[in-house]
Amino acid sequence: MQAEIPTQAPDQRTESDRAADRVTGLDALELAGKGEQSALGKRIWRSAWPKLLAVAIVVVAWQAVVWAEWKPAYVLPGPATVFEDLGSLITTGDFWDGVRLTMTRAVTGFALAVLIGTIVGAAVSRFAPLRAAIGSLITGLQTMPSIMWFPLAILLFQISESAIMFVVVIGAAPSVANGLISGIDYVPRTWLRVGQVLGMTGFAKYRHLILPASLPSFISGLKQGWAFSWRSLMAGELLVIVPGALSIGVRMQQARDLNESSLVISFIIVVLVIGILIDLLFNAADNALRKRWGLTGS
Amino acid sequence: MSILEATHQRTRQAVVSLDSVSKRYGTGADALLALDKVSLSVGKGEFVCLLGASGCGKSTLLSLVAGLDRISGGTLDTGGRAVSLMFQEAALFPWLSVAGNVELPLRLRGIPRATRRERAEQLLEIVRLKGFGHKRPHELSGGMRQRVALARALAQDADILLMDEPFGALDAMTRDILHDELERIWREQELTVLFVTHNVREAVRLGDRVILLSSRPGRVIEDFPVTHQRPRRIDSPEVAGQAAEITDRLRAEVARHAG
Repeated sequence: MQAEIPTQAPDQRTESDRAADRVTGLDALELAGKGEQSALGKRIWRSAWPKLLAVAIVVVAWQAVVWAEWKPAYVLPGPATVFEDLGSLITTGDFWDGVRLTMTRAVTGFALAVLIGTIVGAAVSRFAPLRAAIGSLITGLQTMPSIMWFPLAILLFQISESAIMFVVVIGAAPSVANGLISGIDYVPRTWLRVGQVLGMTGFAKYRHLILPASLPSFISGLKQGWAFSWRSLMAGELLVIVPGALSIGVRMQQARDLNESSLVISFIIVVLVIGILIDLLFNAADNALRKRWGLTGS
Repeated sequence: MSILEATHQRTRQAVVSLDSVSKRYGTGADALLALDKVSLSVGKGEFVCLLGASGCGKSTLLSLVAGLDRISGGTLDTGGRAVSLMFQEAALFPWLSVAGNVELPLRLRGIPRATRRERAEQLLEIVRLKGFGHKRPHELSGGMRQRVALARALAQDADILLMDEPFGALDAMTRDILHDELERIWREQELTVLFVTHNVREAVRLGDRVILLSSRPGRVIEDFPVTHQRPRRIDSPEVAGQAAEITDRLRAEVARHAG
């Protein structure tokens, strides 16, 4: 309203008001244009179509191989047969019991690996002598194919859940530890200086600076750790068949013993889908963090 | 020397005093002498700008005063007062909200949550960022982030505020406005400021005194009192005139390193 009579306005305002206006005006100008975002539906479609296309390509190629009659249909069934069998498989309660068992193992093993990896990672990054001794060992462990551990695991724990857990943990913990160690190593110097200026020492420094700052790297360590533990678990379920535990791996072995190719492929698809879904979860966590921290590109 | 006399003549109580402070990095033949017998003092409530070309040890000097680094010789006295330091980067923590960043120094001192909240809100109001507390640092502009860093520094309740080229990365318009803001907050909060810059006009715009340092090693060359009436404008003839005088002195110093 005052804007209509501009000649009067300046007199009533003090220099301090004008200074305040300059600041808020500049802020408003600089913030304009920040925070634009496209609609949710559009974003989902943008990230989904390449995946759908990938599935389509695989199915078409698979069907082409089947039509070419490279192998007899009972050995390599076509997508239609497999999807039909998969459809009836996932409607049985029995199947979901198997999934539940496998996922319980996966989550337990992964949780153990995270616990151990975090403790080892924190210890290694804190104590220089430990670091020299164990640091390269951890990287070495990461390159070990997990299946190599099973003979030893079976000797140590017999055919048991513990044997599977042992391999899952030993496969995943190094990645988790490494993620934490590199996160701690690469805390930006300026943040460390701020920590110093604010007088952070000892535990407070870890609690308020080092640990939060290493979170992005820790999350990628977790993601990699999960991938390793999932692989180890699948190898374990095929090799270490605990009596009475009808996990996904065991069911798959049974299908192979009965020459049910279609069922074997169905289980492959199930394992793939579970892997992808969990990966999506980690990616969502990673993206949420990046967005919160303002690390997204553009 | 006239510099020392000028320093001793100051009637204000000194809150920072350096007497022949030296700083050496490394030992033996490879040792680098960053600061050589630097003597200066900053009075209570004074705004002192440190000016110099590259390699004059300005940042080193601030680190020493802040207690982040140890002096190699001489004496440095801040009378046990709390010191806060701001950098060119705001260096806010991205995992905390704007208010969370401002609250952090209070949290570290174990101040209860409700008090912390209230104080952070006050501080954000001081830097004119009321209502931005819930934002994330990356959602703010560079100038706003630097004001949050200032609020965080104020949250330390330090008597002495050290600033290491805090506006160096900002555009001219933003810097100009932040000069006004800093001057206002310095006056209102009765701060003692030691401000490092390589921008001569900025130094004359803000300082009660401008101390010129030489390069490699850093020594005090001259201590210029700035007496123009506040608030000053960076583009006023008085500021420009004195800046030109200091620039000439600085140029002569830089030329000395030609050989």
